[in-house]
Amino acid sequence: MNMIQAINSALDVMMGRDPDVVVMGEDVGYFGGVFRATAGLQQKYGNHRVFDTPITECGIIGVAVGMGAYGLRPVPEIQFADYIYPALDQLVSEAARLRYRSAGEFISPMTVRSPFGGGIFGGQTHSQSPEGIFTHVSGVKTVIPSTPYDAKGLLIAAIEDNDPTIFFEPKRIYNGPFDGHYDTPAKSWAGHEQAQVPTGYYRVPLGEARVTRAGEALTVLCYGTMVHVVENTVAEMGVDAEILDLRTLVPLDIEAIEQSVRKTGRCLIVHEATRTSGFGAELMAQVQERCFYHLEAPIERVTGFDTPYPHSLEWAYFPGPVRIREAINKILKD
Amino acid sequence: MSDRIDSDAGRDGAALGSGRNLPPLRLHVPEPKFRPGDTADFSDFDIPPAGAQARPDEVAQPGEMRELAYGLVRVLDENGAAVGPWDPKLPAETLLKMLRAMALTRAFDGRMFRAQRQGKTSFYMKSTGEEAVSIGAALALASDDMCFPSYRQQGILIARGWPIIDMMNQIYSNKGDRLKGRQLPIMYSAREAGFFSISGNLTTQYPQAVGWAMASAARGDTRIAATWCGEGSTAEGDFHSACTFASVYRAPVIMNVVNNQWAISSFSGFAGAEATTFAARAIGYGIAGLRVDGNDALAVYAATRWAADRARANAGPTLIEHFTYRVEGHSTSDDPSAYRSADEASHWPLGDPIARLKKHCIGLGIWDEERHAAMDKELAEMVRDAAREAEKNGILGHGLHHPMESMFEDVFEEMPWHLKEQQQKMLDEWKAAGL
Repeated sequence: MNMIQAINSALDVMMGRDPDVVVMGEDVGYFGGVFRATAGLQQKYGNHRVFDTPITECGIIGVAVGMGAYGLRPVPEIQFADYIYPALDQLVSEAARLRYRSAGEFISPMTVRSPFGGGIFGGQTHSQSPEGIFTHVSGVKTVIPSTPYDAKGLLIAAIEDNDPTIFFEPKRIYNGPFDGHYDTPAKSWAGHEQAQVPTGYYRVPLGEARVTRAGEALTVLCYGTMVHVVENTVAEMGVDAEILDLRTLVPLDIEAIEQSVRKTGRCLIVHEATRTSGFGAELMAQVQERCFYHLEAPIERVTGFDTPYPHSLEWAYFPGPVRIREAINKILKD
Repeated sequence: MSDRIDSDAGRDGAALGSGRNLPPLRLHVPEPKFRPGDTADFSDFDIPPAGAQARPDEVAQPGEMRELAYGLVRVLDENGAAVGPWDPKLPAETLLKMLRAMALTRAFDGRMFRAQRQGKTSFYMKSTGEEAVSIGAALALASDDMCFPSYRQQGILIARGWPIIDMMNQIYSNKGDRLKGRQLPIMYSAREAGFFSISGNLTTQYPQAVGWAMASAARGDTRIAATWCGEGSTAEGDFHSACTFASVYRAPVIMNVVNNQWAISSFSGFAGAEATTFAARAIGYGIAGLRVDGNDALAVYAATRWAADRARANAGPTLIEHFTYRVEGHSTSDDPSAYRSADEASHWPLGDPIARLKKHCIGLGIWDEERHAAMDKELAEMVRDAAREAEKNGILGHGLHHPMESMFEDVFEEMPWHLKEQQQKMLDEWKAAGL
């Protein structure tokens, strides 16, 4: 399966298992979503469980809070992460804090799916990576898969979770992994071991990182599209890097990070989101606090720049092989 | 170019213009009629007589009742008689229950306001003059209908018989507070009473109520939802998102706008009251809109019952504007004498909701001044005793709160490592400091 099919399969499995699961969002019903992630679900489960919504992200999430309070398990889609901002108040002030403020009387077990990230010439309104906004909020979990297998398993775990979860889907790799070279032909997931997706129910637990490549020379922390860019760059360089796909930012698999950095003594963090106050800053702080005496070199970050996502200069902005290679060389030189 | 905005912008308008022979533009900034020192005069208010509004069938099309969004549904006339098609013809028992809940709410407000002034808690909000809005509605709903209130509908809990000591524990944020001292006073949550956790972020409860109602409908349930916000908050995007959703899915929800004339110091003109009514917001969404005398408990009851019956008949949502007056400050942190005429409340043409209902009950021969005085005395003692009992669980800032480590509970269903770590560090630091 490709990533879209895996997400569709996760929704299908969960809707079949749990009558409380409802899917809602702009264009998700009859049409099956602009990326086809919800294709066929309305036909299969009816329009009381899969339905189109008015174009108001604040309304979609507010309604999902109410549905969750009733006892349903809503899975709202925000068509692009760039359009999640109108829903911030409902997510940050309501969904994230409902359990806390009512001391557990009311919960908000929603899973918000949203495609994010660049590399598709989406310009500044279809390319952003707002995960750092949500990792800064108390009471929401933030999940970002990088493969079809993980996308399905993590989405099932997120839907089953009783806390509000933001599930960001790296849209650049919906249809195939991306090596970071914008001028090479697009790849497909066909033949990729992580595209072997079971049709039935399985979970990838939240809060567990995955070592995608074991190594001794340095640790690279990354997630989403960047996992593939890093894997490819490391292969091109021939360095013995250990690559950690974080998969869940909150809760974070701190043990896996600590273990790896203590072993390698060097750490690179790669994310597409803007640099200042990005999640990489938190990773740096955690690694510095926990692994200071094991570090052989300063921790490095390769990130998007602190500018809006530029359209024509996308490949200069994107943390691609050139910038990752430079950073790895610098870390290994120290 | 100057970005100055002043009332005589016309003076330099010519200079700002490009020399074209056009009248200068003017910016309109609303001003309330009366400011401190002015004598309030509401004689130009257009108040239709009680009983004058037609009562359409509950399942009538919204287009057939547009005038109801501009009128004022009233039942109690000047003599305290219930008149016209909206008279809910309530039995004596219900009328007296309503009267008692309103009087208890007022007594509760008085006691808790004083508790704040005595330093026993940080904050309080009275609903003086607005008791009919919440209590009339609560009694017209089924007890298991779900309420998504704002912060001035404590009357719903009282009307539903929720223990006032539980509310007080919450206000004192003490060890008896079920919400573990996490919420600002009066931001109650009472799932058993069908009372959703109050937020404080304005009008966020509106789409939530619609979502709850949609879920209830999708499930073939029979329960409906009701929500409340102030007229000032109708400017929030959530209000309009909720109206769109409610209209699109014909959600079984009652959306109440409590137009109490003031949003802290901003009069209703800043929410659009100069241009139209708040009930008329419904018209653009194609939903039923009623404008109701919010100080007339029977009108509130009748309108709510009409809207509830409508929702239960799958005829869709209703927006009800309750035209009322906020007699006291916005909260204990507010001083209304700084921005509005001191005698507005006493000149308010729709009177006091408790006095009006009392007059009605006396007129029916089911009540009298002596019984009323005795009830007031009894309620004052009841509130006093409950407050003393609640204070045994502690008052704010006096140590009888939930244990410190509880701060980290309920952020998530299961506490993740980073919260456990922060919790332990906090405890270790306090221990090291010998505290």
